[in-house]
Amino acid sequence: MPSIIKPSIPLIPLAKNDLGLTIRNYEGSMSTLCAGCGHDSITAAIIRSFFEMSLPPERIAKISGIGCSSKTPTYFVSGAHGFNSVHGRMPSIATGANAANRSSIYIGISGDGDSLSIGAGQLVHAIRRNVDMVYLIENNGVYGLTKGQFSATADVGSRAKKGKANKVTPIDPALLAISLGASFVARSFSGDKEQLVPILKAAISHRGFALIDVISPCVQFNNHNGSTKSYSYVREHELKDIETSYVGEFSEITADLTQGNLTSVTLHDGSEVVFRSLPAGYDSHSRESAIAYINGAVARNEIPTGLLFIDEQAPDMHQVLETTSEALVDLSYESLCPGGGQLEKFNQSFK
Amino acid sequence: MMEPTNTSDPNFYHRVVDCQWSCPAHTNVPEYLRLIGQGRYQDAYMENRSSNVFPGILGRTCDRPCEPACRRVRVDGNPVAICRLKRVAADLSGDLSERLPKSNPNKNGFKIACIGAGPASLTVANDLLPLGYEVTIFEATSKSGGLMRTNIPSFRLPESVLNFEIDAILNMGAEIRFDFPVTSLSALLNQKFDAVFVGSGAPKGKDLQLPGRNESTERIHIGIEWLQSVAFGHIDSVGERVLVIGVGNTAMDCCRTARRLGGEEVTVIARRPRQFFKASPWELDDAEEEGVDILVNYSPTEFIVKQGKLAGMRFDVLKWNDDATKSEKIDSVVIDCDDVILAIGQENAFEWIERDIGLQFNADGMPVVDPFTMESTLSGVFFGGDAAWGPKNIIWSVAHGHEAAISIHNRCQKVSLSQRPLAGMSLSSQKMGISEWSYNNDYNPSDRQKMVHVEMTRRFENLSLEVELGFTPEQTAVEVQRCLNCDIQTVFRADLCIECDACIDICPVKCLTIAEGLEDEIELRKSLTLPALNMDQPLYISAPLPQTGRIMIQDENICVHCGLCAERCPTAAWDMQKFTLQLGYAGDTRGQ
Repeated sequence: MPSIIKPSIPLIPLAKNDLGLTIRNYEGSMSTLCAGCGHDSITAAIIRSFFEMSLPPERIAKISGIGCSSKTPTYFVSGAHGFNSVHGRMPSIATGANAANRSSIYIGISGDGDSLSIGAGQLVHAIRRNVDMVYLIENNGVYGLTKGQFSATADVGSRAKKGKANKVTPIDPALLAISLGASFVARSFSGDKEQLVPILKAAISHRGFALIDVISPCVQFNNHNGSTKSYSYVREHELKDIETSYVGEFSEITADLTQGNLTSVTLHDGSEVVFRSLPAGYDSHSRESAIAYINGAVARNEIPTGLLFIDEQAPDMHQVLETTSEALVDLSYESLCPGGGQLEKFNQSFK
Repeated sequence: MMEPTNTSDPNFYHRVVDCQWSCPAHTNVPEYLRLIGQGRYQDAYMENRSSNVFPGILGRTCDRPCEPACRRVRVDGNPVAICRLKRVAADLSGDLSERLPKSNPNKNGFKIACIGAGPASLTVANDLLPLGYEVTIFEATSKSGGLMRTNIPSFRLPESVLNFEIDAILNMGAEIRFDFPVTSLSALLNQKFDAVFVGSGAPKGKDLQLPGRNESTERIHIGIEWLQSVAFGHIDSVGERVLVIGVGNTAMDCCRTARRLGGEEVTVIARRPRQFFKASPWELDDAEEEGVDILVNYSPTEFIVKQGKLAGMRFDVLKWNDDATKSEKIDSVVIDCDDVILAIGQENAFEWIERDIGLQFNADGMPVVDPFTMESTLSGVFFGGDAAWGPKNIIWSVAHGHEAAISIHNRCQKVSLSQRPLAGMSLSSQKMGISEWSYNNDYNPSDRQKMVHVEMTRRFENLSLEVELGFTPEQTAVEVQRCLNCDIQTVFRADLCIECDACIDICPVKCLTIAEGLEDEIELRKSLTLPALNMDQPLYISAPLPQTGRIMIQDENICVHCGLCAERCPTAAWDMQKFTLQLGYAGDTRGQ
């Protein structure tokens, strides 16, 4: 880890957001990950997104499981709530937290191992319930913390550091999520913040489960020739047909966004996702279209990135369960526990 | 696309070291501050001496151009106390006799004359004696040191410090002729010297011709002449009420000296408002601490003389516009006084240089001197210090002396004067291990240490009691850590970069950007992670990066050289490397 804590410099002319905070106020502890880890870059993108959206740190809840990825919530927004849970169990913790307090902003950070091996059974149900959260998979194709064994997202033919090729078919988290009914599915790359930051902002604004699969090279165990998740491989094979911008609720829509062949999607908080470019015939609201597009690209050894699918109308968990609009934690004791008389009446209704 | 920065030019990295770049003698400040921090005072002294020759003197009196330039000003508002740390190295250096330069016993047969025994001439002697030259210094007064002795009071610069550093040069075998004012350059030139160096300073204080000036002369003094008389013991008292006219550093020395010689009500008179004062802010503070009043917007109009005796001065009270370019008189007042000291500037005096020997003077009466070689239009006659371009300060004299010595050496060795020894540089990695550096890379948030002064009750006991006590060991330890080690450079190798963004993400001052190259530098500056709006600081621009062809851009402006970029770089594309500027002095042959 670094020899020193990132110093505070008095006269640095940092911009302030609407809350009067600087980007430094959204940072966390010093990262203990390897130098050059893609995860640190994702952390920086998250910091930038929260800062630019002027989110109050105390409204943010960051939740994770186990793994290199799951350490990263420590490295952003020290002032947020945090829960570093059991391996693969982050989706359940996030679901429970969201059920109890729907007024927080939930961001779950997971990895390909935490989400698609030990936690696969958890992830799929969080998707099905459409829990209102950002679910970010820091996907490097290996178990970095145990020195580089192939994970469930390693591509067939991708080589380990010592040369052995993977033979087991991978899980594509984007395809998985779209097929399970997820309402927001995107893929990005840790080395491309210009794409990742708008996607993150849109995911935060989206009501419902927003899955972002971020290819995040493991610089120690999966950044060599023969790896399909190295910095250079991803840069050479990344497919960026889908280009999106995020326009905040109160931002003016600039002239260049109102021109040309643009389509925009209004999210429930009033902000907008503007598709600047889409592949011919692509419908970002169509699961079939997205699945076909991803499968086609994968067959050509390409890595499709961008906001792949969105359904901004899908009801989230609270709508499905018809819970109160007020967060349960904010309800009075009397409302939450109406007493023995009410229970008796309720039980009588079943007779 | 903008061209990649040429980092093989020593000037690029030199400029990053703001203190060294702004020092006329280019003293390697960060290096000697680290040596002080390690308790290696003697090494720190010698590092200083190699470029500025007078560490003990300058550690008390330098005008410190390095401090306003110090990066720390841009980082927390206050520069590192470079000057007073230099004094620490000098005070604690111990026995230096083994390490001071020695003259070459094998004389090379060349004879050099220096006129004036001030810092410029002494520097010439310092550089040439070890090469075997015979140096003769002609001094008009009975003591060496020039204005360092006559104009700087001993309560700021103790005589022992002055003598030690001058003797280090004279004891190498310079011949010095005291009480020997040169009255004819042409006569001196007939004495068959191989070169003549004029370091005679700007010895004439300006007078103020106002009504009454000629009626009474004995209580109206010219500042630098008065200070010289005090230094030589010819004057040891002054009246109780003293007016000092002028508000430069000489005026500060005059008023503080007057306080020690019996002046009870000492008032400094300034024509313009405070922000236009010439004196260094710290010298103003020191004078005011000693109870000196400073009156602003007073313009002298008349010396008032009663019965042949100075009684006071009349002033117009002025009202200035905002930039003090226009004034109007709003009142007229008389201030009673016993003495008036005029400290309104000083001038050169070259009546001893014949105008028909081929040495040209310009319209201002100043010699025409080549700014690179220090040579006048008369071949073999060189100028330096205040004699060259009027009053500057000691460190400039030293810088001139070094350049003149190179020219004199070239002349004697029959090498063109334009062939200067080339400045070289070395860069060496400071990496000691993973996340481990040979220097203290952490940012120390401490405030600038305050110099402690002798308590006021003892302040005026005697003229020579040094006011500044010097930093305590604790203060020294903190102050050296405020240095940002600008000479430990952030060195980038584009070919190793994998564009992971780790350096950009970790940088505490957001000074790094990877971007598409832009043609226009102004647009590029605006588009960086943190806009680079300080145009005085150049950008570093890398060659195109291997994976995307984008470029790495660094804005040095407030980089604190913490090394986090290099620690987080997985491929060692960033490294922290110590830059050492190799300056050329007389006798160096690099590039010749």
